[in-house]
Amino acid sequence: MTWEAVIGLEVHVQLLTRTKMFCACENRYGGEPNTRTCPVCLGLPGALPALNAEAVAHALRLGHALHATFRPESRFYRKQYFYPDLPKGYQITQGAVAVVEEGWIEIPGDASVRGAEGPVRIRIERAHLEEDAGKSIHDADPEHTLVDLNRAGVPLLEIVGAPDLRSAQEASDYLKTLHHLVVYLGLSDGNMEEGSLRCDANISLRRQGETRFGTRVEIKNLNSFRYLRQALDYEIQRQRQLLERGELLTQETRGWDAQSGETRSQRSKEAAMDYRYFPEPDLPPLVLSEDEIAHIGGTMAELPATRKQRFQTEYALSPYEAEMLMQTRAFADYFEGLARESGQGKAAANWMLGEVSRTLNERAMGIESLALEPSRLAGLLKLVEGGQLNLNTAKETVFPALLESSDSAQAIVERQGLGQVNDRGAIQALVRSVLEANPQPLAQFRGGKTNLRGFFVGQAMKAGDGKVNPRLLNEVLDACLAEGEGRE
Amino acid sequence: MKVTREDVLRCARLTNLSLTEAEIEPMRQDMETLLSHAESLDSLDLDGVEPMYQGLPLALPRREDVPRPGLSQAEALANAPEAERGYFKVPKVL
Repeated sequence: MTWEAVIGLEVHVQLLTRTKMFCACENRYGGEPNTRTCPVCLGLPGALPALNAEAVAHALRLGHALHATFRPESRFYRKQYFYPDLPKGYQITQGAVAVVEEGWIEIPGDASVRGAEGPVRIRIERAHLEEDAGKSIHDADPEHTLVDLNRAGVPLLEIVGAPDLRSAQEASDYLKTLHHLVVYLGLSDGNMEEGSLRCDANISLRRQGETRFGTRVEIKNLNSFRYLRQALDYEIQRQRQLLERGELLTQETRGWDAQSGETRSQRSKEAAMDYRYFPEPDLPPLVLSEDEIAHIGGTMAELPATRKQRFQTEYALSPYEAEMLMQTRAFADYFEGLARESGQGKAAANWMLGEVSRTLNERAMGIESLALEPSRLAGLLKLVEGGQLNLNTAKETVFPALLESSDSAQAIVERQGLGQVNDRGAIQALVRSVLEANPQPLAQFRGGKTNLRGFFVGQAMKAGDGKVNPRLLNEVLDACLAEGEGRE
Repeated sequence: MKVTREDVLRCARLTNLSLTEAEIEPMRQDMETLLSHAESLDSLDLDGVEPMYQGLPLALPRREDVPRPGLSQAEALANAPEAERGYFKVPKVL
């Protein structure tokens, strides 16, 4: 029996704003507990919420990036439940009536379940604004819970995906694409260890060809790509075994236990499921004008998918290269700067994915911290392109020197006398002296050991301090070797 | 509208209220009266009438995203029955 997994993700994204959703307390991670609160986020009597304009703008940016529609008028509701880290006793959320609706993103489809290679579109049902709760610490004291309300009221965007994913791999790719998108657009710092992006998964199984959904299970708090994949793979196996035995699944919430590698049923109090939503009387409807929506769209950066496509056509790069260059926005910006200043797209890509990436990895830093501007590196690329410097010297000597100083590549090359030797006469003299100094290998070469040619190239390079133009050297060497034969 | 004893107990649980046995029946009667009163709206023909969510014809004002100092840790914890190392301290949940 073939079963099909049907998966949809709900992703909570903490928005990168300076202040909280409904008050002017700072929105920042960490620090001393309960030092970023006010009467609004503490839920003190009489305090009234005031909506953060930037959070709304971020929601609109995401909507544009998801090709979504916008609700001209949306509302906020109170979702009521009791928990110590929710001081008001309710969360203000847009729920099902959201500012952003009906979008989509494209992910690489999983050929093993789709039957064919190629990208697939995953629909987004909605993205709605809401506020985060505080943080509870349960393990500090056996009888008490400690509560920090610095996070209470931090703006969240909940992105509800349609049940369009068909494998754990697709779910992971979807989350990665979404993560990259929100970080790229500057909507979130995307730090999953700090909880800036959190994920719940809904999953059910059905027979291949069936159009109705099976009984679904929700898995909470899958806050890493690996946990998401592992939990879904485990859950697909578990559900399949139950269904194949003819058992019925229970609609329930389960949690992922990373240590045992299994999902476990979470006891759900039936009463707690009733959140008794009602319209938030302190907040009138959120009204968006066509102008505002268009203005936000017009001031946005080029979307990652579009830019990746453009990299391929404009700079003649492979899809893989374009993808790698898009790893972060700063990295892509640096590449474009380098490509523009050097006039060489392909070489710029090679440098970015070679020496530059290696340096960033070695120093464990982002490109933002690299003390080498694209214009200075472009100077180096131009010297190589112009034949004034060979590529090895550029990589091994000049590039490290660029990183350690603020000099231009030209200045470094001149100071250290690294310029490439392009003088055919000088190279001929060099090659002849190498051949003369090695009569034995030369005789062996003439006797048919043609692989000794590489030996002569190496000797000549060494004799020329690695500065000889390799293309010219090869030409001259071949000419000299052939010439010698003709004489004999 | 009929309200049962179970309805009352369920609402009490959701709202974290502890009702004594003597309070349950009067509460049930009150809820029944309230809901029956609201139910009288059902006799009106409301086809095509938009639900009124808000009393004021006002678009939601927005606040500029500029931080302002809030309360100190001591002020934030001033009303807490118990605190420890800057945290609110509450009976164990989970």
